[in-house]
Amino acid sequence: MPSIEPRVSGVAAPAAAAIPPHGRFMRLFASKAAAPGQVYGAPGQGRSTTISVITTLVLIGLWFLITNMGWIKPLFLPSPQAVWDKFVLANTEGVANSTLLQHTATSLMRVFGAFFLSCVTAIPIGILMGTNRIMRGIFDPPIEFYRPLPPLAYLPLMIIWFGIGELSKILLIFLAIFAPMAISARAGVRSVGIEQIHAAYAMGASRFQIIWHVVLPAATPEILTGMRIGIGFGWTTLVAAEMVAATRGLGFMVLNAAQYLQSDTVIMGIVVIGLFAFGFDLLMRQIERLLVPWKGKV
Amino acid sequence: MATQSEALHVNGVSVVFPGRTPGEQVHALDNINLTVNSGDFVVALGASGCGKTTLLNLMAGFLSPTRGTLMLGNRKISGPGSDRGVVFQKHALLPWLSVMENTEFGLRLQGSAKNDRREVAKRNLALVGLQDFHNHMIYQLSGGMQQRVGIARALTCNPATLLMDEPMAALDALTRETIQELLLDVWQKTGKMFFFITHSVEEALFLATRVIVMSPRPGRITHTYDLDFNRRFLKNRDARAVKSSPDFIRMRETVLGIIYGDERSGEHAKELTHA
Repeated sequence: MPSIEPRVSGVAAPAAAAIPPHGRFMRLFASKAAAPGQVYGAPGQGRSTTISVITTLVLIGLWFLITNMGWIKPLFLPSPQAVWDKFVLANTEGVANSTLLQHTATSLMRVFGAFFLSCVTAIPIGILMGTNRIMRGIFDPPIEFYRPLPPLAYLPLMIIWFGIGELSKILLIFLAIFAPMAISARAGVRSVGIEQIHAAYAMGASRFQIIWHVVLPAATPEILTGMRIGIGFGWTTLVAAEMVAATRGLGFMVLNAAQYLQSDTVIMGIVVIGLFAFGFDLLMRQIERLLVPWKGKV
Repeated sequence: MATQSEALHVNGVSVVFPGRTPGEQVHALDNINLTVNSGDFVVALGASGCGKTTLLNLMAGFLSPTRGTLMLGNRKISGPGSDRGVVFQKHALLPWLSVMENTEFGLRLQGSAKNDRREVAKRNLALVGLQDFHNHMIYQLSGGMQQRVGIARALTCNPATLLMDEPMAALDALTRETIQELLLDVWQKTGKMFFFITHSVEEALFLATRVIVMSPRPGRITHTYDLDFNRRFLKNRDARAVKSSPDFIRMRETVLGIIYGDERSGEHAKELTHA
């Protein structure tokens, strides 16, 4: 009886190998040896730029197709040409009482004003929270409390306290940027190797020198990441900030157009905001490459 | 600045850590007495958990003893200072600075002029054979070179003593031998006292003027050997001949016997506590 078993498995093995692969889709999940220059089993390796470009082109193509074929009403999705025409019109005659340039300049001033304010406050406070238990004790409760709140929830308060001028708008965006930036800076402090700190102390460093020469540079990658996340929150909050008592700005332009069901202006505004946000992110990535070329290497 | 003639004294030092359960105490070091004189190369050897690193942390000033005192010359060690250079197991260099900037870092902290500190750093980098790598970034160097920058950096403040916590543990066997020889050259040229921790018996015997063998639970110095294998090497420059000499092999087997004995009794103790 036991002599049968090896024979059975001996037959089964070649039979299993003879089963054809389950097609292209299943091969994505199959494990095969890596090509030279690649690492076996590393998740998501290889360049994705080409695929990203193709995706973008396909999406824009689809937009052209379904709008120009009349498969969808312009109210729901205006054609790319209509959006472009609106863009040209907004640049020359203007929409909602201002040209696109004026709307953009106002919004950029608000977002980057808040971003700048955040950089000079959130980064030092985050560093202090990471390096000093008293500071952490003081700032942790308020930041953790307000951080998950939607800005729209405290927008009325901001207006009651700081009026309907620029101040309340910039402060609203500022608050949205502040928390992620401070938290990143604090986390950055935690990423310093204790041996690096010990080494500096063994070379006679003072506490301040440790923070300035060791902790701060070591935290820079995470501070930069925090800046990228923060500005993202800033763009998100822009429309909320321009909901009340605004006469100019990209967010205001979009909201105003929505009231008159001008979908083309809405989409045009969204694209402009998106392009600025994306462009700034690319810039930040470049700065990251210049400032912290050592990131992830040591 | 420390003068070269100062000795490092460890007088009746004990370290007791709080254990995992309340009230439990871990005796990391028990009544350690040790004097490291100027020009000594002391190597601490022992099974894991015997308190070697604790002893080094005490000398560096990162840890204060529960009982006893540590003195450098006539000054009590109460915290880290530039009179004691430290080389770490993982290089602990600053990746945002170049090799030169890392090496001169200590003097920059002390506010010395750029030209002066460059001069010192240049000399120390030449001492460890990195004169052609001033502008390289740390991540562009091999592990052995990184560790050499660590040694050059630790020398920059002209410390009285160099404390090294398994600096070769992460290096491959060949690089290890190269750096052992380099370290002996640096030791001879600077005349500083070196305190060095290692797991490798061969490395200890080759480098040390004195080997202290430590045993765990509680950490104690059980054996001390005065050696001259390093001077033999410095005389004839033939590391293989020194390491394969009958004296060396006999010494190695003796010390290995002691350490294996400790490892076994350690495992035995572990089994007892698990039971």
